[in-house]
Amino acid sequence: MNDMTPVKATSPKDWETDQEVRWCPGCGDYAILKAVQRTMPELGSTPENTVFISGIGCSSRFPYYMETYGFHTIHGRAPAVATGVKLANPDLDVWIITGDGDALSIGGNHTMHLLRRNLDCQIMLFNNEIYGLTKGQYSPTSRVGTTSPSTPYGSVDRPATPCAFALGSGARFVARGFDVSKNLPEVLKAAHAHRGAAFIEIFQNCIVYNKDVFEDFAAPKGAEDHQLWLRHGEPMLFAKGTKGIALDVDALTLKVVDVVEDDWKSAGVIVHDVTNRSVAHMLVEMRFGEFPMALGVLYDDPRPTFNDAVIAQNVSASAGKTADLGKLLAKGQTWTVEDGHPEV
Amino acid sequence: MATAFKDDHTGAHTPVHSDAVVVRFAGDSGDGMQLTGGQFTLSSALAGNDFATFPDFPAEIRAPQGTLFGVSAFQINFGSQAIDTAGDQPDVLVAMNPAALKTNVGSLREGGLIIADTGEFTPRNLDKAKYTTNPFEDGSLAKWQVLAFDISALTMESVKPYGLGNKEALRCKNMWTLGLALWMFDRDRQPIIDWLNAKFAKNQVLADANIAALNAGHAYGETAELSGPLKQYHVDAAPAPAGVYRTVTGAESISYGLVAGAQLAGLKMFFGGYPITPASAILHHLSRLKEYGITTFQAEDEIAAICSAIGASYAGQLGVTSSSGPGIALKGEAMGLAIMTELPLVIVNSQRGGPSTGLPTKTEQSDLYQAVYGRNGDAPMPVIAARSPVDAFDCAVEAVRIAVEYMTPVMLLTDGYIANAAEPWKVPDLESYKPFPVEFLESVPEGGFKPYARDHKLKRPWVKPGTPGLLHRIGGIEKEVDTGHINYAPANHQAMTDIRSAKVNGVADSIPDQIVEQGATGAKVAVVGWGSTYGPIAQAVRRKRAEGVDVAHVHIRHIWPMPKNLGELLKSFDHIIVPEMNTGQLKTVLRDQFLVDAKPVNKVSGQPFTIAEIEAAIESALS
Repeated sequence: MNDMTPVKATSPKDWETDQEVRWCPGCGDYAILKAVQRTMPELGSTPENTVFISGIGCSSRFPYYMETYGFHTIHGRAPAVATGVKLANPDLDVWIITGDGDALSIGGNHTMHLLRRNLDCQIMLFNNEIYGLTKGQYSPTSRVGTTSPSTPYGSVDRPATPCAFALGSGARFVARGFDVSKNLPEVLKAAHAHRGAAFIEIFQNCIVYNKDVFEDFAAPKGAEDHQLWLRHGEPMLFAKGTKGIALDVDALTLKVVDVVEDDWKSAGVIVHDVTNRSVAHMLVEMRFGEFPMALGVLYDDPRPTFNDAVIAQNVSASAGKTADLGKLLAKGQTWTVEDGHPEV
Repeated sequence: MATAFKDDHTGAHTPVHSDAVVVRFAGDSGDGMQLTGGQFTLSSALAGNDFATFPDFPAEIRAPQGTLFGVSAFQINFGSQAIDTAGDQPDVLVAMNPAALKTNVGSLREGGLIIADTGEFTPRNLDKAKYTTNPFEDGSLAKWQVLAFDISALTMESVKPYGLGNKEALRCKNMWTLGLALWMFDRDRQPIIDWLNAKFAKNQVLADANIAALNAGHAYGETAELSGPLKQYHVDAAPAPAGVYRTVTGAESISYGLVAGAQLAGLKMFFGGYPITPASAILHHLSRLKEYGITTFQAEDEIAAICSAIGASYAGQLGVTSSSGPGIALKGEAMGLAIMTELPLVIVNSQRGGPSTGLPTKTEQSDLYQAVYGRNGDAPMPVIAARSPVDAFDCAVEAVRIAVEYMTPVMLLTDGYIANAAEPWKVPDLESYKPFPVEFLESVPEGGFKPYARDHKLKRPWVKPGTPGLLHRIGGIEKEVDTGHINYAPANHQAMTDIRSAKVNGVADSIPDQIVEQGATGAKVAVVGWGSTYGPIAQAVRRKRAEGVDVAHVHIRHIWPMPKNLGELLKSFDHIIVPEMNTGQLKTVLRDQFLVDAKPVNKVSGQPFTIAEIEAAIESALS
């Protein structure tokens, strides 16, 4: 995010380009695009001060559809390009659009270091647990046993957990949402309000190669029982308040507890504190099935950003110095040839 | 040159006059030979000599002591006339241990002087250097003059008053040796004393001990002169145009050239780098120049280094990245992105021996193919090559000019030799450089805004994000002509490929015609070089021409596109030979571009050409 105040109010239409959207009909990306276009007018940025930067993959076509500045870079490298953009012009509101393969496989190194450094930007990782644009190979987030053209007998390697990766890399903001969720704008707003790298994992339904893989928790039917929407200062309740998340003090793990007659306090349900890093580590590791899917802002505790630190050092190291290259070159151990001879 | 260091002794206490001398300091990599060489270079500069240096050190930071592969050497050729190379054969070899003697004595001129520290010639060290007998006793050094004495003990003695431990005391050996060298070549000690006082400002005891060692080495020369082969020599100042001079290494001059280029363009600079030998020095230099509007970023890898520079260029700064061969290979895909998105970018490649990790600290010119051809797709990119540390300054300015005037990435080729070698440099008058200020597009032009509309040079507009009214998207997917929208249509890809190629070829309109350095158009033989082979070629051609041989020297700075007159010029010569520190890469490009019978002269030993090798190649071309 940045401190720009809007010159004039915009509407979602102002954030749409004239380009024909080329995702498969029914793709979850459409819903995410709509959510972003709907949210942008409320964030206080202007289209000209906003830059969407993406890597390669289905999700990475995103910038073409946003009426902002946009850079569709190369596979995995959006965080590196974004770092250069933000350091060169910190006033820009920088959004990175990436996918599970782009951010965690080919670009895993850049994702890790961007989060570690805490560059001020938003990273939206569209996780569909598959390589869509290359026609359906399994990805670093695919579940064990995923059959795909490259794993006809099922994948055998364990998947990465994007939010755990982010937190482990030093992220100071970690959130989760899913493509068609009505709560997605709320998550985007919180990410934008966070000064620093804001990591958002968005479960996205690839209807061609990995259809409905998130249906077990994302389906409207039973959503109450399967989704735990986290809100700062509120108890971690789900199933219409009949269940909650508590700390198993003996095992030092989380557990699901029953809540009787709204008395969550005596059931030991935890009140969500977005600045509690220890609990955040447990939330990102909560296995769906045994637990509901933790969604919303899991962790949000800002600290100084990389771009601020770089610029502050540029300023302090330059203080009192002049940029006179001629003087610099003639400084130090030099000697003077007085009555010059012609060069031989 | 090497032959000028004669024993024309005219009497005791009178320095012998010499035109040029080659000295090589060799020791263990922990002996401080690079420091000794660097300070001796400074004293040569202050004495007004012209000079060229060749630091030659192992890739291992602290190789096991006394081993053959742990030897670090620094060679300097200094003289009272133009010096173009670090010299073929040393006249004086300072060998601090048996391994240094073993690995270096073979290149010493016959009759040359060996100065060795016998204190290090212990059975154990002789064994480590794979000597079965002591070379001072077995007659194997008969063709050289030998001055072997216990420098270690003399150093210990000289620093005794300072109460240093054995190890610390012995560390002063290099200053003792430098003191002796300063005496030998009739040099002023004061600048080195000043430097030692500054270097050890926080530890006066160490400063005093080192100065004492320096003085003791100098005094030893004075007293030992009467007996034995040690004599004092004087090399006059070399004639040079009036002005302020300093020494400069290639890494320094590239850094300053980039700064000058950014100033001439009116841009701030963003430098994305990742540590790699021998390119890191550029990152180090620029990191200290923040007041020049430079942001340096040590990225997580080579790819992030170039991608961050591309991002900065997109945002309106001058993006620069730097590496050596292996890192350049990693940057290849991103170079294609810069070509596709037509953003300015300077990529400095300090070449080293390859392939793969190859020879990290040794020099080679084997990345020419990679620079000109090494990317996927038809991906044309201007390439220029520096010939010397001093020339690298102008080349860096030129790389920036082409990048911003044509909205294109540009590769600047240098190599390990240029990066590390030092030579005297007349500090340039920056006023004499013509500015090339960048104009960003800031409002919708007449007829509407098209991100890929072109001017007469086929350059597209540079628009900074943040500019109202000019919102657009760019990326690595093929662009539609003018609009820059995604477009895969056959005719469009043909058109865009042709435009990218024509734009880069058009750079030739802005570069000077190829000149002939020495000799005439139409000579019997042309020696065509590029990069750091300049020194040995220039000297070899000078000598051959002095013998009356009809030979010319052509040295190409603009590797791609080439000067427009180059084909015609090359066709005027009877024979063309192309000396390169690779297996014939420029030779292939010349043959391809001009259908000329360019003949390769190749050396890939990690060492620069000697003058004699080029002379031999000229002779063989004529026979």
